[in-house]
Amino acid sequence: MEWISILNYPVYLAIFVCIYGCLAIGLNIQWGYAGLFNAGVAGFFAIGAYTSAILTTPHAEGRIGGFDLPVPAGIVGAMLLAALIAWPIGRICLRFRSDYLAIVTIGVAEGIRLVARSEEWLTNSARGISGIPRPFGDLPYAQAQLAYLGITAAILLVVYLLVERQAVSPWGRMMRAIRDNEDAARAMGKDVPHRRLEAFVLGSATMGLAGALYVHLARTITPDAIDPMLVTFLVWIMVILGGSGNNRGVLLGAVIVWVIWSMSEIVTDQLPAEFALKAKYGRMFLIGLLLQVVLRFRPQGLLPEALRKTPRDGNRRRAAEDRTAPAAGKIED
Amino acid sequence: MDLLSFINFFLLPGIVQGAIYALGAIGVTLIYAIMRYGHFAHGDLATFGAFIALAVTTALGLSPYAALPVAVVFTGIFAICIDRLFYAHLRTFPKIITTIASFGVALMLRSFVQVVWGVNTTSYVHGITRPENWLGIRIKSHEIITLVVAVALVVILHQFLTRNKWGKAMRAMSDNPDLALLSGVDNGKVIALTWIIAGGLCAASGFFLGINTELKSVMGWNILLPTFAAAILGGVGRIEGAIVGGLIVGIAEELSVLIIPGEYKVMSAFAILLLVLLVRPTGLFRGKVL
Repeated sequence: MEWISILNYPVYLAIFVCIYGCLAIGLNIQWGYAGLFNAGVAGFFAIGAYTSAILTTPHAEGRIGGFDLPVPAGIVGAMLLAALIAWPIGRICLRFRSDYLAIVTIGVAEGIRLVARSEEWLTNSARGISGIPRPFGDLPYAQAQLAYLGITAAILLVVYLLVERQAVSPWGRMMRAIRDNEDAARAMGKDVPHRRLEAFVLGSATMGLAGALYVHLARTITPDAIDPMLVTFLVWIMVILGGSGNNRGVLLGAVIVWVIWSMSEIVTDQLPAEFALKAKYGRMFLIGLLLQVVLRFRPQGLLPEALRKTPRDGNRRRAAEDRTAPAAGKIED
Repeated sequence: MDLLSFINFFLLPGIVQGAIYALGAIGVTLIYAIMRYGHFAHGDLATFGAFIALAVTTALGLSPYAALPVAVVFTGIFAICIDRLFYAHLRTFPKIITTIASFGVALMLRSFVQVVWGVNTTSYVHGITRPENWLGIRIKSHEIITLVVAVALVVILHQFLTRNKWGKAMRAMSDNPDLALLSGVDNGKVIALTWIIAGGLCAASGFFLGINTELKSVMGWNILLPTFAAAILGGVGRIEGAIVGGLIVGIAEELSVLIIPGEYKVMSAFAILLLVLLVRPTGLFRGKVL
């Protein structure tokens, strides 16, 4: 079976694209549809990862669980807990402009990292949780990877279809109305904080799902496995580059950013050891710069949000201008 | 616990830490008041300033305190450059876009520090400073200098904002940018001035954080949450609020170890932030609500 191992690297890459695709769609629900600035994506990702790990591992001494549940139960649990933690945060912050949400979600991500680090009874602190089951994990390596790619791709497809369906439904229209003109939407009787809360919780649950998918791939999780700033930032650049408000766009962004990010690692690994470590930080610098370049030259992203109806003559030019504006809405004062 | 050990182990370290937060929070609050967005690169700008001071100290062999003014001025000018390069063209967009850009700038600043100075912990001066004993109150010389310089900076800033023509222009623009523009205030110059002040104070806060603890590449990111908590607790846009807020957050952090485990010390700022948003979003001094 030589031919199959040639595929190993692309398959590995594709699995991560699917996981980051889930994260990007989750952020797109929050930012693209509702204009919410979640700066703690990595936190919800970590909640999902740890929850599924605790639920599905066999019983272990010295920490809670494991409960030895099947993997789907772990995934559902991950989504539920991510949603449950998002709910009070949203209740407090979503009455205000999104800056508050951003700083509070940074705090949440930081808090989760601290809990993972210090609570031995819950997360086994620095040693982390290992021996996490993986569907079709008994197969030889290459086949197991392919099977897992199939699972993640199928889940991503389901998430994509459901969220697309949601976006064209009255709910999606209402969300865009709130994002683009909060006052008008409120005047039409929409409960703005409540609707924002829905988008925030739904997006966070999707991020928790991505965390669960990651942990069953890695089969082990430690507090330092998830670099909060890096994960959060990669997802943000995926959404902004791809085109916020457009799920196909953010998936395209996930493919482009993840391929660039992984491929550049291959390049920097060729460097001598003393440069290789610095090169990692150099790559992060370039990712930060990429965001600035996108915001400068193509703020609407590669695939901008599509407006469904062609407006009548008089409005056509203004609508074209609107389309080039970033999908952020007028949420400043 | 008697009064002296309470002062020595909790109150004084809290005040020193609070002064560091206050210096950062003044910048955050000024930027919000004049430009109307949260600046998330503030913590990493502080790291940058602290490492500039380190570079000056090691390159010229000066005392770190002599390097402080250099770092303050340099970081102030550097902040204007950041604004021109990355924020200025976003002014017509919704403000939250600039906040996202500042998040990217934070990553760039931090990576820059990591590439140039590495990720290891370092410090300005090696060895342990012995605390001085004043009637039982034990305080280290760098703590005294932190407090004196912080108070001096705040007094100078206050005089500038209330007496100087440009300081008044800044306050005018904070109150009503359109009216200020019509009255002949040059908004571009006020924005540049704001960045110089905020950047300089930011470098000072990073420097004092470095001299009271140690220098590392993530130290600025770690003080971002307490800094914002201080600014919001004091009331966004209120300078006196940022000072009081900084002191409260700093003292609360030190006192929190009495009731919660030490690892969660930084979470007390988070708790204060949530409490303020829940109970009094305008902050103690009735600032703006974002």
